Amino acid sequence: MEQKTAIVEIQHVSKSYRRGSQIVPVLNDITFDINEGEFLALMGPSGSGKSTLLNLIAGIDKVDSGNIFVGGIDITGLAETELANWRANHVGFVFQFYNLIPVLTAFENVELPLLLTGLTRKERREHVETALMAVNLSHRLTHYPAQLSGGEQQRVAIARAIVTDPTILVADEPTGDLDRKSAEEIMGLMDGLNRELGKTIIMVTHDPRAAQKAHVMRHLDKGILNDVRSQDSV
Amino acid sequence: MYVLKILFKNALRHKLRTTLTVVGITIAVLAFGLLRTVITTWYMGVEASAANRLWTRNSVSLIFPLPIAYKEKIRQVEGVRSVSHATWFGGIYIDEKNFFAQFAVEPKTYMEAFSEYNTPPEQKAALLRDRKGAVAGRKLAQRYGWKLGDTIILKGTIYPGNWEFVLRGIYEGTRKDADETVFFFHWDYLNETLKKTAPGMEDQVGSFIVIAKSPDIVADVAQRIDNLFKNSLAETLTETEKAFILGFISMSDAIITAIELVSFVVIAIILAVVANTMAMTARERIGEYAILKTLGFGWFKIAGLIFGESMIITMMGCALGIGLTFPIADAFGEAMGQYFPAFNVTLETIYMDIAASIVVGLLAAIIPSWHAITTPVADGLRKIG
Repeated sequence: MEQKTAIVEIQHVSKSYRRGSQIVPVLNDITFDINEGEFLALMGPSGSGKSTLLNLIAGIDKVDSGNIFVGGIDITGLAETELANWRANHVGFVFQFYNLIPVLTAFENVELPLLLTGLTRKERREHVETALMAVNLSHRLTHYPAQLSGGEQQRVAIARAIVTDPTILVADEPTGDLDRKSAEEIMGLMDGLNRELGKTIIMVTHDPRAAQKAHVMRHLDKGILNDVRSQDSV
Repeated sequence: MYVLKILFKNALRHKLRTTLTVVGITIAVLAFGLLRTVITTWYMGVEASAANRLWTRNSVSLIFPLPIAYKEKIRQVEGVRSVSHATWFGGIYIDEKNFFAQFAVEPKTYMEAFSEYNTPPEQKAALLRDRKGAVAGRKLAQRYGWKLGDTIILKGTIYPGNWEFVLRGIYEGTRKDADETVFFFHWDYLNETLKKTAPGMEDQVGSFIVIAKSPDIVADVAQRIDNLFKNSLAETLTETEKAFILGFISMSDAIITAIELVSFVVIAIILAVVANTMAMTARERIGEYAILKTLGFGWFKIAGLIFGESMIITMMGCALGIGLTFPIADAFGEAMGQYFPAFNVTLETIYMDIAASIVVGLLAAIIPSWHAITTPVADGLRKIG
């Protein structure tokens, strides 16, 4: 049997938020691993802490206690600037509302993360064209977000997420704002990225159909990780 | 190039808001530039003053005259090259609103002393031949449409009666800052008339203009002249031309201070306007800044986007304001010619416009940048959707 390596190790992570004078616990002593090349779906009701957990793994929020290792790096110990550099190199983001910059074309939106690299203009162009080709949007390079459909905007967002060839791809409700057909296209695309390119994907979703594409489903409720269901076993 | 493109696109995202802010900055820069030019013009005489020219006046006050007999005594003081004199006439041309400086002078020495007033030789000769002859500056002659040979009548205020002059010369300034609005005529004509009409007022002059042999000795020469008339009935006060003019200006200190204050208030107001625009912009884009931070853009780059946008908006207004300052200053100078002999926008004023705009652009971006940088990414992302 093939031995899989953990790319993400979450160790005893807790997180709470302050709401006025009250402290609201969101995650309670979470521990689990995500293997390299795994497609994980994090599910759970609203307020269960799944987006918070995703933000912590992606290094855009700080834990109260515990550690998160990504590719062997303890990101909980990184300073803000180090964390920004780490995100630029290791994490690709896909959001529910696409989050493209409206004044930039599809090409320019995908090029954005590459501005933080030392690539030349020609190299950046090659990377962007490859990424947009991977999401079947080579014909929409000069279109602005407002000129694209929701599904197309999400595909641009995916191209932006993969253009730097990150260690992990995190997606927060990537189909939450899409119609069924577009949602299927996006999930097909993500499945392809996982199967063909071996990308590790961590996805938060409410949508059981979207979760079907994942290898592993984890369920969060009131900050506690309840169960693990492997699609293979299903 | 890419960053500039983003900055311009961001700056023009809300076209109406940006246009209104740019118009506000344009007006502020224009107002600031014009007010600074008024102040510069006020001090223009100081800048234009000759280093070796001294003014000797009555030590009690400028309004008290000095005996003409002092002229020869001053001329013999060591270090003096030549002496002339000028007496404020204060006449009215047709109407009181037609104000311009009029001096009764000794034309030959006066024109030598003020080499920056260039009168053609044949006109100089015509003036010296005609006791009622007078010379006017180019701008003054233009303002009233005077031509050589015209008779000009001034109604005396200090020296009663109607005084008739014939325009024999029109001088031009040899420098850009030379005053071309002065009117001067023979002191002899004034003095001889006073002998007949106002005995007791004759043989007196307002001030002596002393040309020292070298600018290095003006302090000694001034001391020697004043010592010469110490304990006389009319003691003198001799000053460099610069000090003499500054003495005049100091009488309007309060006005100049007020104008300076207003010019800085204009900048403070526009700072508030730009800061408000940038605050609204940053608040609206807090989600976008969160996305950029998510992608790995650090605080320096986020702040750079906000500072850059603020600078672009401010400098657009600054460029338009400076561009408009020149034609409007020309029109203003034309309209206010009787009060401002020359109304020129100096390079220093333009530098001040640019400096003020840069300061406004930078200050206006501080708080919005701070807000964008310190808002946690997760909070910023929650603002989207």
